[in-house]
Amino acid sequence: MAVPLEKLKWIYEIMVKIRYYEETMVQVYAEGKQPVFNIGAGTVPGEMHLAAGQEPAAVGICAHLRREDTVTAPHRPHHHAIAKGVDLNRMTAEIFGKETGLGKGKGGHMHLFDPNVKFSCGGIIAAGMPHAAGAALAAKMKGKDWVAVAFIGEGAANAGAFHETLNLAALWKLPLIVVIEDNSYGISVPKSASTAVETNDKRGSAYGIPGYYVKDNDPIEMYRVSGEAVERARRGEGPTIIEIETYRYLGHFQGDPEVYRDQNEVPNLKEKDPIVRLKTHLLRENAATEKEIEEMEARARMEVDRAYEFARKSAYPKPEAALEDLFATSGIDG
Amino acid sequence: METMTRRMLTGNKALAEAIAQEMERDPNVFVMGEDVGKYGGIFGATEGLYKKFGPQRVLDTPISETAFIGAAIGAAAEGIRPIVELMFVDFFGVCMDQIYNHMAKIHYMSGGHVKLPIVLMTAVGGGYCDAAQHSQTLYATFAHLPGMKVVAPSTPYDLKGMMISAIRDDNPVVFMFHKSLQGLGWMDQIDASIGNVPEESYTVPLGKAKVVREGSDVTIVGIQMMTHHALAAAEKLAEQGIQAEVIDLRSLVPLDKETILQSVKKTNRLVVVDEDYLSYGMTAEVAAVVAEQALYDLEAPIRRLAVPDVPIPYSRPLEQFVIPGPQAIYDAVVDLLNQ
Ligand SMILES: Cc1ncc(C[n+]2csc(CCOP(=O)(O)OP(=O)(O)O)c2C)c(N)n1
Repeated sequence: MAVPLEKLKWIYEIMVKIRYYEETMVQVYAEGKQPVFNIGAGTVPGEMHLAAGQEPAAVGICAHLRREDTVTAPHRPHHHAIAKGVDLNRMTAEIFGKETGLGKGKGGHMHLFDPNVKFSCGGIIAAGMPHAAGAALAAKMKGKDWVAVAFIGEGAANAGAFHETLNLAALWKLPLIVVIEDNSYGISVPKSASTAVETNDKRGSAYGIPGYYVKDNDPIEMYRVSGEAVERARRGEGPTIIEIETYRYLGHFQGDPEVYRDQNEVPNLKEKDPIVRLKTHLLRENAATEKEIEEMEARARMEVDRAYEFARKSAYPKPEAALEDLFATSGIDG
Repeated sequence: METMTRRMLTGNKALAEAIAQEMERDPNVFVMGEDVGKYGGIFGATEGLYKKFGPQRVLDTPISETAFIGAAIGAAAEGIRPIVELMFVDFFGVCMDQIYNHMAKIHYMSGGHVKLPIVLMTAVGGGYCDAAQHSQTLYATFAHLPGMKVVAPSTPYDLKGMMISAIRDDNPVVFMFHKSLQGLGWMDQIDASIGNVPEESYTVPLGKAKVVREGSDVTIVGIQMMTHHALAAAEKLAEQGIQAEVIDLRSLVPLDKETILQSVKKTNRLVVVDEDYLSYGMTAEVAAVVAEQALYDLEAPIRRLAVPDVPIPYSRPLEQFVIPGPQAIYDAVVDLLNQ
């Protein structure tokens, strides 16, 4: 599959946007947590799991998705959300805990829901997989060619929900694509200490599901492999597993002492950064001019800056709002 | 009389020390769970153990809670004594079948022939904006199901002593430690997370509440963080001439009814405070015990304070609104006394 120029540029711009979003978050998250780091203090409280380095997993497949396609993401969700087109202002406001947020400040960074673009995420490992299978089932029931993509980490591939969902999806030939981001670690536990299989795409064979492993954090290869998987799903030929080798530049969460990895690991990984590589590729292939690239970068940054500005300016919810939204108002009482 | 020098430890170090001492004493004791090895546990409960005992006795597990908590049951039935960590209590959802249908019931179903000496240790608590899937306490969920002891200590001293008791207990014990009381570098550094912990091994009984402040006007029953908030409220009440007695339950199962009843007979008023959900929870249980056994000692209705039956919201003002703090306890007591 040749990659259309427009898609390549889209991939580049979105990767830049994601990276800049996460870099900004590193700064914003630190606000108010000095001099003594306190996770609950500051502009953005609570845990913060960032995805700098892992952009290719999200953009490669989301480049094929439409608004009607479902995406479920795990606890590290910003790159998936941005690639799926989640409202950036309201997403950021949610992370700030503001009333203009996607969940009116009730959900926070791990619990972003944007039904407009069919995006959700959650803090329980592998729990998004069955939800994506359910969305895929719904698409089938409605007779649509919509697909569902479940993003998980390689650590999550050891959870019960992973295996049960694969079986169900294979059995019912659901238009489900499972994208596994192999960033080598489940918090501190290396992949080699959490599973005896080398790559998780192989696990698909146990369920009769085709699997692909994308090496070297390559967004273009991710785009190609995903394209085939999405097409197959749309044709009603069932699920696919894609695992991508990717890299987590930051700690598992902001504040992670990272006692489990070598200090040189990240600097070495950054030398082959996927964004830098794609930029070189675009220029070398004359797919984009320097000027075009600058424009893309400026646009991405502006959008991110605006989102943070929106979040900052928004108000906190009234405390009593905590009691609202527990139940939907049904036809009888409202 | 205090002749001993006081040795101050944080909650997490007290826990790790208890486990280390029991591992030294009994080769059958081992630890497993996610990130309990090199990392030392996300909340530091196994700090230093991997270095001391190595990967044979401090096992990092995959994210497979059903399998490794179930494996603790199988190993315990063979006479091994597992300490197994469920990182956040909220994650019980993925593995509750192993916990409540098996761990809690096998001793009973086997007519007492199978013993399961397991410690299921897990972090509870909110207050730092980690939202609905990472901030629950869920005391009542576990305490409601027969067959497990459920403990929730509030001081480093009790964390150590109750952990040793839990390891030596032949029953499954759900050991809930509060994140804020671990004394971690990346959490709010509260004074209560550090305290005197003797170096030698000692036990604190499971199922015994403690009167942590004596008073004559009202009894405040709390547990874990709520005990500390109740103490802070009591200080403020004392400035108004109100003497509150504060009870730290320490254990939910067994529940020390005696200590509660004795106190209520003295003070004639009861406020119960919980960081768990209000309905069907610990506050209801304690209130029911008092209503059943000491109703005529009461001079005012019982007052309950807990999370008002909503998931824990993320945003700081929302979270602070739902989790009881010293001010809310103070207000409840003043209100009760004005009735
Ligand atoms: C059921 C459950 N168990 C444990 C956790 C705690 N936890 C959160 S993230 C994580 C590691 C996840 O690793 P992986 O799936 O590889 O994703 P990554 O963090 O590397 O993106 C763990 C153990 C959880 N959130 N849910």
